[in-house]
Amino acid sequence: MKALRDFLDKIKPNFEKGGRFEKLHSVFDGFETFLFVPNTVTKKGSHIRDAIDMKRTMATVVLAMIPALLFGIWNVGYQHFEAAGSNPEFWTIVGYGLIKVLPIVVVSYVTGLAIEFFFAQIRGHEINEGFLVTGMLIPLVLPPTIPLWMVALATAFAVIIGKEVFGGTGMNILNPALTARAFLFFAYPAFMSGDRVWIAEKADTFSGATPLANAANGELAANPDFFDMFFGFIPGSIGETSTALIIVGAIILLFTGVGSWRIMLSAVAGGLIMGLLFNLWGANEFMTIPAHHQLVMGGFAFGVVFMATDPVSGSQTNKGKYIYGFLIGFLAILIRVFNPAYPEGIMLAILFMNVMAPLIDYYIIQANIKHRAKRAKLKTT
Amino acid sequence: MGKVVKINKGLDIPLKGKAEKTITPVEALTYALKPTDFTGVFPKLLLKDGAKVKAGTAIFYDKYNDSVKFTSPVSGTIRAINRGPKRVIEEIVIDPDGNQEYETFEQANPQDLDAAKIRETLLESGLWPAIRRRPFDVIARPEDEPKAIFISALDTHPLAPDLSFIAHGKGKEFQRGLDALSKLTNGKIHLNIKAKDKNSGVFTNAKGVQINEVHGPHPAGNVGTQINKIDPINKEDIVWHVNVQDVITIGNLFLTGKYDATKIVALTGSEVKKPQYYKLINGASIEPLVKNNLINDHVRYISGNVLTGSKIYDKGYIGYYDHQISVIPEGDHYEFVGWAAPGFNKFSISKTYFSWLRPGKKYRIDTNLKGGPRAMVMTGYYEKVFPLDIFPMQLIKSIMIEDIEEMEKLGIYEIAPEDFALCEFIDTSKTEIQSIVREGLESARKELM
Repeated sequence: MKALRDFLDKIKPNFEKGGRFEKLHSVFDGFETFLFVPNTVTKKGSHIRDAIDMKRTMATVVLAMIPALLFGIWNVGYQHFEAAGSNPEFWTIVGYGLIKVLPIVVVSYVTGLAIEFFFAQIRGHEINEGFLVTGMLIPLVLPPTIPLWMVALATAFAVIIGKEVFGGTGMNILNPALTARAFLFFAYPAFMSGDRVWIAEKADTFSGATPLANAANGELAANPDFFDMFFGFIPGSIGETSTALIIVGAIILLFTGVGSWRIMLSAVAGGLIMGLLFNLWGANEFMTIPAHHQLVMGGFAFGVVFMATDPVSGSQTNKGKYIYGFLIGFLAILIRVFNPAYPEGIMLAILFMNVMAPLIDYYIIQANIKHRAKRAKLKTT
Repeated sequence: MGKVVKINKGLDIPLKGKAEKTITPVEALTYALKPTDFTGVFPKLLLKDGAKVKAGTAIFYDKYNDSVKFTSPVSGTIRAINRGPKRVIEEIVIDPDGNQEYETFEQANPQDLDAAKIRETLLESGLWPAIRRRPFDVIARPEDEPKAIFISALDTHPLAPDLSFIAHGKGKEFQRGLDALSKLTNGKIHLNIKAKDKNSGVFTNAKGVQINEVHGPHPAGNVGTQINKIDPINKEDIVWHVNVQDVITIGNLFLTGKYDATKIVALTGSEVKKPQYYKLINGASIEPLVKNNLINDHVRYISGNVLTGSKIYDKGYIGYYDHQISVIPEGDHYEFVGWAAPGFNKFSISKTYFSWLRPGKKYRIDTNLKGGPRAMVMTGYYEKVFPLDIFPMQLIKSIMIEDIEEMEKLGIYEIAPEDFALCEFIDTSKTEIQSIVREGLESARKELM
């Protein structure tokens, strides 16, 4: 490693102010800090620091998504061969899945990182690791049949309009990955909904409808059983189908302390309660779906674990997180059942609550301010 | 009986190098008074270099509060006045003459004195600066009357000395000090002690104070935490606080009429061969403590603890308020893909490194920043180590945008930079939170004081 370090030290001056490649400073810095934790020492304040940094945090989130990604790769293959009526061996399925999924992941990362590097350079700050997560989230919430140019377009839209115009990482109001998905959903609905898009190169005779679509059409009988949906042997977006492996990701996030248990817990509670309320009402077939089935259908689990917990776009106060999470779960099921045009209620629920989060925080903080002011008044009387 | 305060949010950072409980007296070759220890003080010198001083001779005063004098801890000669950038006075170095002579001050039982006389004695002897105030975390103003005085009899910072051990056998001086302080307020004196500390007789026998028990991890020992939980500061309230050893020194002043700046400090940290306690005179050079007593020579010397202390050099001087010296390794090295390593040896409050597999392990943590500065992304994180009834991130952000009205509403009056030291320690975005808090306090102080 010494040789690599020496090489970096040798070429470093070229990338600094006045150097030949000054304009690539952020790119160099990005690669250098990727390879080596910098030798910076503490200057002011606490002399020692916790070992965690943004790279470790984001790497942990990416790690938590890997089980869902790997399953997604297999499932894309499995659904394709299932629809074609053939039953090849494991590696053939995975190979097919890789061919479909990997390009989407690569396009998402390359487009997003290029834009990130560009903005970091013109703004003169270090490259933020947040996109490592966004770049993985985007492919996982898209159908496997999505054209690659759309992936690039949506990623660019999400990073520029969803994040950079607000000031970059840490300043955005909406979750960037969901912004990408919503952009595609409304701009190219034919590629993002219906029965044709969820299975790659599907034979026309095969249904291919997602459980949510079946439910919305009142064809509940066509749905697989609970455990098929729970383990994810169903058509859907690449990473969203296996609730079981999303739970594995959730455990990683919660155990390491990176994800918010408050949001996850309250969102699941919100979803369950709305589901139970619909069960009581039971006006149509969708409402009769058992509440726990609602949680394993569509993108609910994925959204709750990986999207709702985004610390930037979510509620920032601990009390607020309970309200924010609960309403996401509640609204996701509400939207899904009441408006069959948008079966993916979780996406709209999270985006809506992203917008509402600052308002929730405002009231939580005002309550604290008021109670402190009251403390002063009690004292004087 | 006082209150029982239980803190759950907080963190005890498990460091190597706890001081062994033996006390060795040491004499240093030089001593110094450092105006930089006193935030907000603009020093005006009363003496020039070469002047002879006794212990208790005033050397400078504060331009903005000219009754507040700062006096020499030893008798000897002023050897040098060291200035830093912009000619700021950093150190006034004094060579001791070997036979400690003292200025004489009022020697009386404080119970027989009135507040004015006690105030005057403290101001003249140079012990007034030992009294600090909230809001703003600066030296108290003599004209104020606080609603309460807080004394924390426990220090929960990493490797901090055991104050019961330090105060042992000084019950009489401590009580005298309390008696003097109690004349300065109509409110209560809160003496906050460690729960279930059997060796704290000096504290538990104290009279004329409210004794509160404090449980929990750091920052349970910070006065900021204690004030917030016991008698919070509201608008226009003033609370004072004094360190335990300074109460003893104040008591000693009224017992003997002398400013005896002797105190006990703990030499701690992973790089010290024999971490232990030393008895020395305030402002002593740390040279006799650390010379030939280190495992490694690429180290950082800190007057104070690793979270809030100030960086000094190998012959530097112990700070006015500090009772601890920490020596830890410098971390100016690169680490190949360190952020992706399993990290069995990396301490983190999160469980993102596998050091969680080794509970009870003590760490040798160096000064590396362990990452680069980033935008604030994580939320709900500071709250894990911040027990005050205040929103830490929102307050920090209000300071960053310089919104004084918002800072006021969010609780800037109650806090000091040290209350945010743990937030700074665990911060994934590596923001210099304590400096930000100090800037906020200073801008609010300039506006309001």
